[in-house]
Amino acid sequence: MNIEHLVKMANQIGDFFRSYPDHEQAKKDIASHLTRFWAPQMRQQILDYVAETPDTGLHPLVLSAIREYVKVKSAKSEA
Amino acid sequence: MDKQADYGTPASRVTDRQVTLEIDGKSITVAAGTSIMHAAVEAGISIPKLCATDSLEPFGSCRLCLVEVEGRRGYPASCTTPVDEGLKVHTQTPKLADIRRGVMELYISDHPLDCLTCSANGDCELQDMAGAVGLREVRYGYDGSNHLDAEKDVSNPYFQFDASKCIVCSRCVRACEETQGTFALTISGRGFDSKVAAGNFDNFLESECVSCGACVAACPTATLMEKTVIDHGQPEHSVITTCAYCGVGCSFRAEMKGEQVVRMVPDKNGGANHGHSCVKGRFAWGYATHRDRITTPMIRKSIKDPWQEVSWEEAISYAASELKRIQAKHGRNSIGAITSSRCTNEETYLVQKLVRAAFGNNNVDTCARVCHSPTGYGLKQTLGESAGTQTFDSVMKSDVIMVIGANPTDGHPVFGSQMKRRLREGAKLIIADPREIDLVSGPHVQADYHLKLRPGTNVALITAMAHVVVTEGLVDEEFVRSRCEWDSFEYWSEFVAQPEHSPEAMQAATGVPAADVRAAARLFATDGNAAIYYGLGVTEHSQGSTMVMGIANLAMATGNIGREGVGVNPLRGQNNVQGSCDMGSFPHEFPGYRHVSDDATRALFEAAWGRPLDNEPGLRIPNMLDFAIDGSFKALYCEGEDIAQSDPNTQHVTHALSSMECVIVQDLFLNETAMYAHVFLPGCSFLEKSGTFTNAERRISPVRRVMTPKNGYEDWQVTAMLSEALGYPMPYRHASEIMDEIARLTPTFHGVSFKRLEELGSIQWPCNEQHPTGTPIMHVDEFVRGKGRFMVTEYVPTSEKVNAKYPLILTTGRILSQYNVGAQTRRTDNVAWHPEDQVEIHPHDAEDRGIQDGDWVGITSRAGNTVQRARISERVQPGVIYTTFHHPESGANVITTDNSDWATNCPEFKVTAVEVTRVTQLSEWQRNYQEFSDEQIALAQQRDEARVE
Repeated sequence: MNIEHLVKMANQIGDFFRSYPDHEQAKKDIASHLTRFWAPQMRQQILDYVAETPDTGLHPLVLSAIREYVKVKSAKSEA
Repeated sequence: MDKQADYGTPASRVTDRQVTLEIDGKSITVAAGTSIMHAAVEAGISIPKLCATDSLEPFGSCRLCLVEVEGRRGYPASCTTPVDEGLKVHTQTPKLADIRRGVMELYISDHPLDCLTCSANGDCELQDMAGAVGLREVRYGYDGSNHLDAEKDVSNPYFQFDASKCIVCSRCVRACEETQGTFALTISGRGFDSKVAAGNFDNFLESECVSCGACVAACPTATLMEKTVIDHGQPEHSVITTCAYCGVGCSFRAEMKGEQVVRMVPDKNGGANHGHSCVKGRFAWGYATHRDRITTPMIRKSIKDPWQEVSWEEAISYAASELKRIQAKHGRNSIGAITSSRCTNEETYLVQKLVRAAFGNNNVDTCARVCHSPTGYGLKQTLGESAGTQTFDSVMKSDVIMVIGANPTDGHPVFGSQMKRRLREGAKLIIADPREIDLVSGPHVQADYHLKLRPGTNVALITAMAHVVVTEGLVDEEFVRSRCEWDSFEYWSEFVAQPEHSPEAMQAATGVPAADVRAAARLFATDGNAAIYYGLGVTEHSQGSTMVMGIANLAMATGNIGREGVGVNPLRGQNNVQGSCDMGSFPHEFPGYRHVSDDATRALFEAAWGRPLDNEPGLRIPNMLDFAIDGSFKALYCEGEDIAQSDPNTQHVTHALSSMECVIVQDLFLNETAMYAHVFLPGCSFLEKSGTFTNAERRISPVRRVMTPKNGYEDWQVTAMLSEALGYPMPYRHASEIMDEIARLTPTFHGVSFKRLEELGSIQWPCNEQHPTGTPIMHVDEFVRGKGRFMVTEYVPTSEKVNAKYPLILTTGRILSQYNVGAQTRRTDNVAWHPEDQVEIHPHDAEDRGIQDGDWVGITSRAGNTVQRARISERVQPGVIYTTFHHPESGANVITTDNSDWATNCPEFKVTAVEVTRVTQLSEWQRNYQEFSDEQIALAQQRDEARVE
């Protein structure tokens, strides 16, 4: 998928959850949303992007959420 | 053929008092307020009548239903006289017989005596009454003035008006007023010159008539008659089934001659429609036998090749071999399926089962993705269940009705009529819509507040209303404390109370005067039962899910949930949006909205289906398309959906379809998506299959097969054949067995079966041990999730911004006569009302651009360009234009973008920045489309020619 599109989608999710004062919980909620609704190949793609890209364009809260909480079971999805 | 019983007058609304009376010596006990006529029918006694029918309030004009009441003077009309304790009524006396014969003699003296050749022969109440009163002669000749030469009005494509047969009973006029609420008909003239007229118009087609058919159903003679009955004669049997159009889910009697539908008549016992209908369900069913139907399977290697007709075995075998080949080459996740809200519950259930069990992934989605997926998400988060909370009938107990981003009189017309009935009784109306929909101002309906917001600012508006409720002390604190999570309320109320969320602060974004927002919020919170009805104008935004949560917040904060008259009511666009979501069509959840990662649920389905199941969410429709363009998603099974027309950014969709190695389309017609297909599996219409649809009020209604499938198989059977060819047999013998499996595996459906549906007519889920007859109102004592949860709804402006290049906002919608992509309605006479999509533009914007009404205009967005004819209208506000997407060549979705809801990827159809200019030719996309479409039709015709040879 177009990574810019994925970044935009992730930031939109962040826009919703960042209204909550508990930022640690917001990060978990963002990660939970990505895990429950994004296919593993999409999560893998954004994880790879975050790992490889210095300036991701992701909102800091979203970036932290992805780094700290988003996982994909297998190293690379089959996609 | 059994006729529906007619009690003459509606049932009494009194529920707490009974009276006993005697009619013709029979004792009967009925509710107080019942008419003598109604009570008589309940006692098995038929009183002659002409102007009375039980769908209409009593009128008392025909004087045929007179009775004698002991101890009372005169001959009261039994339709307008209520029962009373101890009454002794006589319906047949020599004097009454005399009066009735005299009345009938006068009627017949001005009525053609052509009964034998009349289209109503055998179904004419005038004929029946002549027999009932024993009319043997008419002493008045035809030499005097009469109406026998009155002209017929055949302008309406579906019914004719033969004034020579009219007895001026006013049933049609009253039906138009009371049942439909359009007030298009009237009685013009006085005395002998009285006649039914379509308002001030020359004929029905040009008038304000919406062709709902209520007048035709009410007419006791052949005056208003369906043209199909005139052509084919009276039906000989009927089958009750469920309409396949919008989310109202009307129950119909398919009146048949053998396997030919003669007419569709709304069923009085229908729980959703109570005997009413709209132009689509009532009349626009001819597509089922349209010449464009493809009934033989076809395959081809490439979309440049001609189609080849093949046997079902060959088509299924080829499709399965392609799916296997692609999975072997590109991986398990390289294929997926899309099911449709036009399919039955049983069909959508099977498609998701096919994907999860036979494909071995979760790449299944449904067209609810592009309409109400935010409803599923938002209501689950706040209330705990992805469904509306009420019955349609609940609106009759509402004191305040708020309609947000919905156009019920066009999109859900039968419910729209019911809502108008309640409004005429005095309920208050708040409308939040960028456009002036019919409900804003119509006959005897006037919105108290029309909050004409800018597209894309719903969340700002709902949060501003919440601000008023919280800061002005209008919260129902008792409800919130007992029913909701207090912590979530406290945080939410602090959030909405902030000054930046006040109506005054939000006015800059919404364009709605703060005073109106405040007044509307006060009305909503304080004027009794308040209900919210919303549609795609809420969901199809980048903040669609946020807005759904905002609506739930407002309902909870004001205590408007959990009883009749209140609630959160998503008006579902298509017939089975609710059902297709219930059936696990989304890639992240099993039937009953249970996430695929839930081990216990997955174990349940693994045990039942005998296959290991993936615990990761699959691809949504937009994701499938993106991955197709990337090259990793290679094959799609698409049942009953036309993504090449209905989904946003058409060029992106067709690029994705062109990138796939195998597209399998199962449909009635060679639709826009099928033009990119390699396998075409003929589908069948709702008239040719068994199953169930679930409407917007969670009502599961039976779909009954009234004719043999023209393609040879019901749609669920096609899916089962494909599954078997993939090595995963689905040995169902009947759709009822699929529902039995659904019921076994889904707690909210445990009590549902075809047998139970036969007994009850329809069932609103949850239906299980706790609710054996279903659940009309949800969240009565507690929310499904236990305590209701308030969610913070920060307004985030859409990234689809206007600028100097794209200064206008395009918003899209639907109209009454067409349905969704128009595949069905375009193949009916409904095109008489909407032959093309047009773009509405405000006079100021039109003048600025030198655009006249009817000019061709180019509409350009960041996604594409198309050309439509301009209609200058003050329905839209300056800066906003509006169009529909019912015709493929109009390319409405060529302009819409990939922008989507943050939670669900539901496209933001309602906000696209555009510019409009006068043009003289079609857009490049339209010219390319026409060329491609012509090529594809030619490739399909080559199949016809090969068959002839």
